Amino acid sequence: MSSGAYGRDEANGLWVYLEERQGRLEGVSLELLGKGRELADLLGVPLTALLVGYALGDLPNEAVAAGADVVLVADHPALQAYTTEPFTRVVASVVNERRPEALLLGATPNGRDLAGRLAVRLRTGLTADCTGLSVDPERRLLLGEVVGFGGGIVATIVCPERRPQMATVRPGIFPRPERRRGRRGEIVPVPVRLDPRDTRVRVLERSVGEEVDLTRATAIVAVGRGMRGELALAERLASLLGAEIGGTRVAADLGWIERSRQIGQTGVVTRPRLAVCCGVSGAIHFMVGVEAADCIVAINTDPDAAIFEQADYAVVEDAFAVLPHLIEALSETKVRATP
Amino acid sequence: MKVVPMPEEVRVNEETMTLDRANARSFINPPDMNALELALQLRERHGGVVTVLSMGPPFFERYLRLTLCAGADRVVLLSDRAFGGADTLGTSRTLAAGIEKIGGFDLVLCGEESSDGATAQVPPGIAEWLDLPQVTYALSVDIDLPNRRLSARREVKGGHERLLAPLPAVVSVKQGINEPRFIDWSLKPWADSVDRVTVWSAQDLEVPLEEVGTAGSATVVAGVSQSPTRERRRERLTGDPARIARELAERLRPFLFGPERGP
Repeated sequence: MSSGAYGRDEANGLWVYLEERQGRLEGVSLELLGKGRELADLLGVPLTALLVGYALGDLPNEAVAAGADVVLVADHPALQAYTTEPFTRVVASVVNERRPEALLLGATPNGRDLAGRLAVRLRTGLTADCTGLSVDPERRLLLGEVVGFGGGIVATIVCPERRPQMATVRPGIFPRPERRRGRRGEIVPVPVRLDPRDTRVRVLERSVGEEVDLTRATAIVAVGRGMRGELALAERLASLLGAEIGGTRVAADLGWIERSRQIGQTGVVTRPRLAVCCGVSGAIHFMVGVEAADCIVAINTDPDAAIFEQADYAVVEDAFAVLPHLIEALSETKVRATP
Repeated sequence: MKVVPMPEEVRVNEETMTLDRANARSFINPPDMNALELALQLRERHGGVVTVLSMGPPFFERYLRLTLCAGADRVVLLSDRAFGGADTLGTSRTLAAGIEKIGGFDLVLCGEESSDGATAQVPPGIAEWLDLPQVTYALSVDIDLPNRRLSARREVKGGHERLLAPLPAVVSVKQGINEPRFIDWSLKPWADSVDRVTVWSAQDLEVPLEEVGTAGSATVVAGVSQSPTRERRRERLTGDPARIARELAERLRPFLFGPERGP
């Protein structure tokens, strides 16, 4: 086996790569700081956050408040917008210099874009899209859980020899840590040296809106094929519950819901208190995205629908017949989902 | 392109902790078909040759020949026991070696991820091995051959962006960005002719054996299990819709509260 950038004996510390978007830390970056704190304590090492961008303001302090011991900050005008090669250059250089044991990134589009390139540059292993993370402190291994084949299979992946051990983690898997304003941490600027070759790709235009973040929703009303694109009732229920509308891949493919509201294997993983699934058959691809819900309600006309096997309350009925009554019954008590 | 097993037909062998796909039927990874369609459209506009490249066991060949019936010009399959067991590091190394051997290319198009592994790492990995610019999660791509560049729209979290990159480049495309064309079965005899598919071994690629397959991989599967499902109450509510709704509202009480105690 050809070797990586550095060996396991030289490696030390757990790192989290922080992604910034529109002046804020991505939710998944905060989630990783929370989980990273826990894993760093198990390994007995400091938790280092790496923040790359431009004019990063108070974000390093926020990372400390969320659990980082050290925040490495690469702040440079050329890093204002994410492009693969400059970000790969900066991260690879600071990783090679400081040699962490493990590096965690969020499995956002840009997080995965960066991680895939970085892992090859560092000649190391990357476990992609983890839905669970743990460590083996004795063997100093990061254990990444990934779901495969539509969610039916869980594999645990390790990177035994090469360092850093890299993993991308899905948004919404871990809870956001509490921010402790008084927490002390070290903020360290790192030099940015770019190669002219790194700026081959130019961003001409970027259009990023405030998109819904289903990973944060307390309650979700999920729609599937059975709703035939008529979402008025589902929306009334959602507004009554303080819930977000979500849906299956089919619902997104058919344009009934925005892509950011798609739940499951190729969408988002949610962890609401309550998920009311209307006209959803319960394919495993979808269930991956709601299985962390405290309570699942399924309303579907098909008595054999798979979702009934995984629901707390199963209603074999047409959602269009039940929802008006449910809305009425809930309106009487003016309930909202508990945060 | 990759040939992937039907998810519901793959079983876990709990003893050997490996996946048993021997009895699973296969199909071409869906976003790869979108990448092929994009390649065919670009060829129609700008000319050129569309080569389909894949790494895998010999049985991939019969699936890949279908891409010839859809309009691809030739197929190259990288197949050797030495390539087996590769993670994304070893896979991207092997594919990059195949691309270099094919040579003379302007654009490498890939699907965003495979439906079995779903790592999305191989396209950026190929770009890194080849030292090329990359565009991932592309929604549309156009090329400007005289100026040797491409423009692409790509998905980012919460929106999209437009990029300009020099050719050659590696681009991964989002699933569903176009409607892959139908297979033209009248092309079958042509597609089945021996010289349409080239199979290269590790020796043909002249790639160091320690960089491919299991040897060239950095990660190891430490365990595999059938996904556990959380125990649910599975309580069926029956009766007329009004009654069901009232009972359900009652059951949901622990998960709800009144606005007077507001969030």
